[in-house]
Amino acid sequence: MKVAVTGLNNIDSPGPGVPVIRALKDSPDFKGDIIGLIYDSLEPGAYMKDVSKMNYLIPYPSNGLDALYERLESINEKENIDVIIPTLDSELYSFAKISKKLESIGIKTFLPTIDQLNYRAKDKLFEFCTKHDIKVPKNILATSIQDLYSIQSEFNYPVVVKGIFYDAYIVNNFDEAVTYYNKLSAKWGVPIIIQEYIKGDEYNVAALGDGKGNAVGAVPMKKLYITDKGKGWAGITINDPVLIEKSNKIISVLKWQSGTELEFVKEKGTNEYYLLEINPRFPAWVFLAVAAGQNLPYALFKLALGEEVEPFQSYSIGKIFIRYSWDLITDLKMFEEITVKGEINHG
Amino acid sequence: MSNYIVSSNLAISDSGFLFYPATGESFTLNQIGIFILNKLREGKDENAVIQSLVDEYDVDKNTAERDFTDFIYQLKQNNLVQES
Repeated sequence: MKVAVTGLNNIDSPGPGVPVIRALKDSPDFKGDIIGLIYDSLEPGAYMKDVSKMNYLIPYPSNGLDALYERLESINEKENIDVIIPTLDSELYSFAKISKKLESIGIKTFLPTIDQLNYRAKDKLFEFCTKHDIKVPKNILATSIQDLYSIQSEFNYPVVVKGIFYDAYIVNNFDEAVTYYNKLSAKWGVPIIIQEYIKGDEYNVAALGDGKGNAVGAVPMKKLYITDKGKGWAGITINDPVLIEKSNKIISVLKWQSGTELEFVKEKGTNEYYLLEINPRFPAWVFLAVAAGQNLPYALFKLALGEEVEPFQSYSIGKIFIRYSWDLITDLKMFEEITVKGEINHG
Repeated sequence: MSNYIVSSNLAISDSGFLFYPATGESFTLNQIGIFILNKLREGKDENAVIQSLVDEYDVDKNTAERDFTDFIYQLKQNNLVQES
């Protein structure tokens, strides 16, 4: 059995690939090899010998579907891949679009549909939540600096300025909003989402939907330490039935098929949860869910294979993750291999 | 005289480390904080807890009342107790 996983960019804003692989390997029932699929020759996961057996460079989504499919097809001729688990927001549309073709060459996936991806997209979230009676911060979709003038009339500073795929900044005035508008639109394109800032603690849920409206599992976590990029660098599993109920509702309404990370903020004072984002893949902290008793990535792998999966009924409360960084030392030979051949073999 | 209901599932260790599973928040209590919270969990009302403080510690009733009120305020602020 061979499973290919993307998102081995274990950097300061880490991709979920390495923890997803760690989760698969943590299952005593998993007997297989891991293939790493990387977009950059310096993705740290590709150099970690205990993570993947083989690693291949693949083209960025911006190179088009044909380039991606052809590369995967050629990798598959060598590796005979059984399942691919893409883990990055920006690639999911591409993988969802070629999933049928992948299946025709024997590669299974367990991905959200294009419609599901669209409903939860950052620029559609407000509409989705309003329709389904889920509390959500107000937002403006800005496609020009002109649109930023309406911030003042819609809500008060500070506001959150968000890129369509990644990155978010809290800004305190118009000038800062313009700065980050320019920065984010140059990087991710438009629209830029200007979101009402809700003051409170952040809570995230790692979950898995079976595609039929059921949550296979869901583990909520409170961020204990947040980096300047807004990433949780430490977190603790909590017991809040309200959060689980809200997560189950979202998964049910969307009939979500795949892993997800639901981001909430609990408003100080009212203690009401506001949904900030529905991320269409597992979070980088997903191994906390595994440690708490719900191996969601392994369950996704089984669903991709078409096997039945029993929903998880419980998880441990008070489990903590603390992320750390670590300097991996390697040789020029490794870097040469990936740069010249597009492959690293740890076999 | 007030009665207070301590939030369910609060985990308090002997060292005074308090974990609230519903929110993931943790707090540190001193010995008197532990004493008061445990009395509240036993169902004691405000007067009974204050009297226990006077009996247990070398403190007059006014000081015990003031400290109890301050502590209850902090517990309420953090949603750890509710007035019944």
